[in-house]
Amino acid sequence: MAATVKASTVEVGTELPGQSFVLRRVDLVKYAGASGDFNVIHWNERVATEVGLPNVIAHGMLTMAEAIRVVTDWCGDPAAIVDYGTKFTKPVPVPDDDAGALVEVSGKVIEVLDDARVKVELTTMCDGAKVLGMCRAVVQLA
Amino acid sequence: MAVNVDLVGKQYPPQTFEVGREKIREFAAAVGDGNPVYVDVEAARALGHPDLVAPPTFAVVVTRGPQIAVIDDPELGLDFSRVVHGDQKFHFTRPIVAGDVLSTTSSVSSARSVAGNDIVTIRSDVADAVGSPVVSVFATLVARAVED
Repeated sequence: MAATVKASTVEVGTELPGQSFVLRRVDLVKYAGASGDFNVIHWNERVATEVGLPNVIAHGMLTMAEAIRVVTDWCGDPAAIVDYGTKFTKPVPVPDDDAGALVEVSGKVIEVLDDARVKVELTTMCDGAKVLGMCRAVVQLA
Repeated sequence: MAVNVDLVGKQYPPQTFEVGREKIREFAAAVGDGNPVYVDVEAARALGHPDLVAPPTFAVVVTRGPQIAVIDDPELGLDFSRVVHGDQKFHFTRPIVAGDVLSTTSSVSSARSVAGNDIVTIRSDVADAVGSPVVSVFATLVARAVED
């Protein structure tokens, strides 16, 4: 583990640089292939709307993968992630257009733990809705 | 059919997953993350890692097969056509790295029915070739109630 951020420089309330991501249909296809999750609601609009969804929706695990980048890019080493968890509170509908869905992620330190570890809370928004709930990571800092 | 709560604690046979560099690179590209430790062996070694590091959520690729064994268990009675992903947690002992030969054992961590919704948490414990723990993954699946 080789985080570059020193725990001594961080306190409760420290904000991490936010990031935004665009998810288009092609990103869902790529994630389906790489992850092995071929659930049809992530690529077939007919089936997605038949089961009551607003549109094809992004894999929750893809949104979760995007969100943690706010932490891994900040701390300097993805291997510094000790715990990571979330609830999937709202789907991310991905329209069949070139604009896709805009996902915005911000993070801040909510707890300073022992042994140079901190707990970060991530807020992930799409179209005004919070799509990940209780999204938290414990990070091993230097 | 409600989910079978008697299956809490049931363990399924371990499954092996060999972590290759190209699978890590493919996954990192699919989530659009160009972090050098996911693609460049020298960059990973410069941070003290033996080989490419897998992104944190790569663990779902490793645990996918063992989880499906639980979902498909007819004794569990989970209607996968109604399932949504409720919750996901990872507890790392160490990161997954290229070259790892991992063994994953899944079990039914909890199972309950609430207001017609079946809620099942699958625990998957991932260990390396010498049996040391790597990561524990908890996936909570919710089979939504059939609407009247």
